Amino acid sequence: MTGEVAVLGAGMHPWGKWGRGFVEYGVVAARAALADAGLDWRDIGSVVGADTVRGGYPGYVAGATFAKALGWQGARVTSVYAACASGAQAVDTARAQILSGRVDVVLVVGADAAPKGFFRPAGGERPEDPDWLRFRVLGATNPTYFGLYARRRMAVHGDSPEDFAQVKVKNAAMGALNPYARYRKRVTAEEVAASAVVADPLRLLDICATSDGGAAVVLSSMEFAHRHGVAEPVRIRAVSTVTPRYPNTVLDLPDIATDSAVAVEPATETFRTSLTRAAYEEAGVGPEDLSLAEVYDLSTALELQWYEDLGLCGEGEGVKLLREGATAPGGRIPVNTSGGLASFGEAVPAQAIAQVCELTWQLRGVAGDRQVEGARAGITANQGLFGHGSAVIAVR
Amino acid sequence: MVTGWFTGDGEDFRLLGTRCRACASVFFPREDIHCRNPGCAGGPLEEVPLSRRGRVWSYTDARYRPPSPYVTDPELPWEPYALIAVELAAERMVVLGQAVPGVTVADLTVGMEVEAVPGVLHEDAERTWTTWQWRPTGVTA
Ligand SMILES: [Zn+2]
Repeated sequence: MTGEVAVLGAGMHPWGKWGRGFVEYGVVAARAALADAGLDWRDIGSVVGADTVRGGYPGYVAGATFAKALGWQGARVTSVYAACASGAQAVDTARAQILSGRVDVVLVVGADAAPKGFFRPAGGERPEDPDWLRFRVLGATNPTYFGLYARRRMAVHGDSPEDFAQVKVKNAAMGALNPYARYRKRVTAEEVAASAVVADPLRLLDICATSDGGAAVVLSSMEFAHRHGVAEPVRIRAVSTVTPRYPNTVLDLPDIATDSAVAVEPATETFRTSLTRAAYEEAGVGPEDLSLAEVYDLSTALELQWYEDLGLCGEGEGVKLLREGATAPGGRIPVNTSGGLASFGEAVPAQAIAQVCELTWQLRGVAGDRQVEGARAGITANQGLFGHGSAVIAVR
Repeated sequence: MVTGWFTGDGEDFRLLGTRCRACASVFFPREDIHCRNPGCAGGPLEEVPLSRRGRVWSYTDARYRPPSPYVTDPELPWEPYALIAVELAAERMVVLGQAVPGVTVADLTVGMEVEAVPGVLHEDAERTWTTWQWRPTGVTA
């Protein structure tokens, strides 16, 4: 199949609250990915950094920041920002450079040093920024939106807070097996129910934390991989970065209102469904071919939504799939084998790359105690502010 | 801060959006530059009042004090407020807003009718910042 690139290396800095700068996390992850690939930094023809809004200019030009920290060696450099989808757009940029024949091997890095508590917009009086406005005018934090989605699922599909808690129980059990996860303790449904309500109906343990962390991958052309002695590398077969279509009728962060559907009939599929469908079409695989999925579980309820948006089950059947154990270890399609954001927390530009690291390890069969038996294909899914989304499909 | 987003008092209070004269798309917060319908060549955008009443699409609350730029007095104990996403039938859109003070999530259900009323977002010695809030009408059918 044409259009594939090889994942030669994957590496991470452990997630947590380490109190250091994002550059350090990124460089640790990059060196780990290079070592995993068996390559010297000077072998890399291009470096793509996923930007963070923290760290000032170094964060805005993350590609060059990582390149300088690793030692200037003349590689091409790119920096990309796409909110939570930054890491996936960095992967996509690297892939495009390889497929165009411009470079053979690319290092992709994302890292962040997140503040404690709620994410908040940059400072200053900026009424032209929708993200600033939703905080200033409504006090609508990210959990506000997660709460709205959760309550809507309860009203429309009959989900319950107890169902949501089971997502946390499942993901925490897998995170406990992942040395890179921030939280490595199993959690019980009782512990979720005993945690404080943050945004009704969601509690503290239903919502992912903010974290420090870093992740990196080394991508190459298939030809380079073969020359490098890797006969059957994990391959990336699709990267979806499509935007929503007007009118977008699901209230999304950071918007105060949806588009109006008065003039144009909405598409039959939602934004999230369209971005996973684009990945399936590009990869030539469907949900039935998947061995595992890594999804953006910003909240427990949102993970259930992804089951439906990925086509793992029908609309409204997310809880049923969860209860059947299909998305748990040993199930038909384990979801968030890494432990997910529930166990990692958000390190915005790193997380989508970390999802690809997990796919890589699973498809290589080296995921240790969390290994999905005989994994052959996996998908990642993610959504960021301002109509950014991503889905990556990797195969073995 | 949000000039031209709402107007009027009491029964006359209305959220203000804009409407494209070419394709009839409605925008809130107001869009004053170009129509965002990709199939529309673009037309003049005129100010239009939104429906006063709608139905609850979903709701939640803020049990913790939101960070800046939301303005609160850190000296005072935190009073949670509810947030309601409201479906406006005529405009076929959902608009988020705070509930009026005193309305909690226990008072709300999806599908319940609410109306837009003027409210106070924040006030200090020099100024009062007004806003819109959603208030249940008592009609649930
Ligand atoms: Zn128009």
